[in-house]
Amino acid sequence: MKQSILPLSVENLVYHADRSNLVDDLNFKLETGPRTILLGPNGAGKSLTLRMCHGLLQPTSGAVSWRGRNASNDLLREQAMVFQRPVLLRRSVIGNITYALALRGINRTHRTRRAVEALDRTGLGAMAQRAARRLSAGEQQRLALARAWALTPQILFLDEPTANLDPAATRQVEDIISAMHLAGTKIVMTTHDIAQARRLADEVLFLHHGQLLERSTAEHFFNEPRSEEARAFLKGELLW
Amino acid sequence: MDNLSQALNAATRLIVTFDRDLAEIVFLSLRISLTAVGLAALIGLPIGAALAVLRFPGRRTLVVVLNALMGLPPVVVGLIVLLLLSRAGPLGVLGLLFSPAAMIIAQTLLTAPIVAALTRQIVEDLWTEYEEQLRSLGASPGRSIWTLLWDGRFSLVTAVLAGFGRAASEVGAVMLVGGNIDHVTRVMTTAIALETSKGNLALALGLGIILLSLSLVINGAVYLAGDAAKRAHG
Amino acid sequence: MVRRIKTVLAAIITALLIAMTPVFAGERFITLASTTSTDNSGLFGHLLPIFTADTNVEVRVVAHGTGQAIRLAQNGDADVLLVHHRPLEEKFITDGYGVERRSVMYNDFVIVGPRDDPAKITGLRNVSEALSAIARAHSLFISRGDDSGTHKTELRLWKSAGVDVSAVSGSWYRDAGSGMGATLNIVAAIGAYTLSDRATWIAFRNKANLVVIVEKDPRLFNQYGVIAVDQQRHPHVKSPDAQRFVEWLTSAKGQAAINAFTIDGQQLFFANYSGGSS
Repeated sequence: MKQSILPLSVENLVYHADRSNLVDDLNFKLETGPRTILLGPNGAGKSLTLRMCHGLLQPTSGAVSWRGRNASNDLLREQAMVFQRPVLLRRSVIGNITYALALRGINRTHRTRRAVEALDRTGLGAMAQRAARRLSAGEQQRLALARAWALTPQILFLDEPTANLDPAATRQVEDIISAMHLAGTKIVMTTHDIAQARRLADEVLFLHHGQLLERSTAEHFFNEPRSEEARAFLKGELLW
Repeated sequence: MDNLSQALNAATRLIVTFDRDLAEIVFLSLRISLTAVGLAALIGLPIGAALAVLRFPGRRTLVVVLNALMGLPPVVVGLIVLLLLSRAGPLGVLGLLFSPAAMIIAQTLLTAPIVAALTRQIVEDLWTEYEEQLRSLGASPGRSIWTLLWDGRFSLVTAVLAGFGRAASEVGAVMLVGGNIDHVTRVMTTAIALETSKGNLALALGLGIILLSLSLVINGAVYLAGDAAKRAHG
Repeated sequence: MVRRIKTVLAAIITALLIAMTPVFAGERFITLASTTSTDNSGLFGHLLPIFTADTNVEVRVVAHGTGQAIRLAQNGDADVLLVHHRPLEEKFITDGYGVERRSVMYNDFVIVGPRDDPAKITGLRNVSEALSAIARAHSLFISRGDDSGTHKTELRLWKSAGVDVSAVSGSWYRDAGSGMGATLNIVAAIGAYTLSDRATWIAFRNKANLVVIVEKDPRLFNQYGVIAVDQQRHPHVKSPDAQRFVEWLTSAKGQAAINAFTIDGQQLFFANYSGGSS
């Protein structure tokens, strides 16, 4: 049984660019368990925060630590990320997954087996040999999720994964996310879609202008938001 | 115009009668240019991709220099290789001057920067798209280079074809280091130059038409192959 | 997929290695540095196969202007030299690059020009007068300008006609910086005068409206000499075979072969080796 890399700690996190702090002194700790949604209007700093947690971006100041440890390649192996636009290689559907598994040093036979399993779980089993780039947007995003799932990450970051998808594809993607959650992966996702947050969130971190304005369970956030900005946002009035 | 119709006649006659001298020259031209392009690709693809992905001091200067090297005049490359391979030069002991090997060396030096510079641009564009995902998956920069080279293969083929075009069409370098020796280092371009200097303008033009046709055939074949591969694997 | 890439790479590298093997590995050959005029005339195409049939030695000709040919021989990039500028040939020997010079053959230079002869010099036997007339009339004259034997002869002739061509270069006198054939192409295209060796002229296929205007002045005599590169100077040169070539060229058979070379019934070169070295 692998040691858990959580909790993820973010301390005094700042990201400075374009003459302002796009992420402004964030402090929070994420534990195993609840599906965490970072919610907020455009420009709130959600994507930047996610990238700094995953290690893709260096913060201007502040620290990201995993159970007290700093980011490292070993820790990266326990994480996965899905982007708003799925980035797939110019090869077959199953090839995209086996590529990621090969990076983890998994041998050929196991790679194929795990890839096939992941495809089956996400409903892409019949398309294993298709060219990945020929898939529809929804199918591609499901493939990105399958790829992440095959890696059995302890934590999955998702950055507005359904922003470009139609409602049907969105539901399929959300179902997969929930399935991964049930299988034990910590979900940390950003969205500006309130309805989606209602569907998926167990807890909400509400960001605005780079600051964490409110954090509570989903029930509390959607029924009794404490901050004025959250209330405005939920009413559809806080646009940026 | 009279010359042009004579040229077409000359070209047709040479092809239809399987003229042996022509076949020899064509075969040598292809052997030299294809070998040079092959070597240039082996050198240029990884260097271009590395330049696109890795970050180090002086990188931007290197990119500018590489782009500038695309414009290397063939005759200058020929001159440099001539001086290097001459018996009076540092590599004279190899005795490579006036041989196909010397021509391959010169054309490789000429073509590699083209392949590398175009590769750099292509891979850099891909890297912008792929970087975050590849890093998230844990791919090292070194691994990413090979991944991107494979993923960009259709665009990179065009870069290699650009190199081939340069190699197959130049005359300055191969003339100097090859010597245009009959049956040994005479290729299409130097043969055209020779026939022109002998006043055989129609024949020279005919050979030019054959050279162009050869280039068309090769490019056509590569395109069809790429098309088939794309349809099979996207 | 990585395995497939490796196989493809291995195939490519093998193919490249095969391609790089010298085609004529093991063939006996010597490298002859000569001039474009001689090469363009077609003499070597006629002469050398006979030599190779006799001796099994292939002769690879690298043709440039006389100056460049001599430089190649000096660097040891050629085994034997065949050019047509006596002073430079003798300097080659005294500088220690060659041991022996032999006169091989001669032909002559001619002044060719447009049929309508703007300088009105057709039929003149005196080349100095002809050149002076061209200078006076400012008629277009194209020089090879490439340090070749022909070029040096041309400059000598202008000097003896009392014309300073460097002063007028770019006006009616133009430096083409090219071989004989390329120069003749220019001359044919713009209708100018030039000095050409007769062999290249006869063999030239783009005469347009050019004709021989002035010929047969003794000063237009053009002597060719052959020199083997000294092995003491360049140990790697193929001395035995180079010497074989020199001997053959000046033997009865070689000299007869030179005389037998004709184009349109005209003899281009006249063998004149008279024994010994000169």
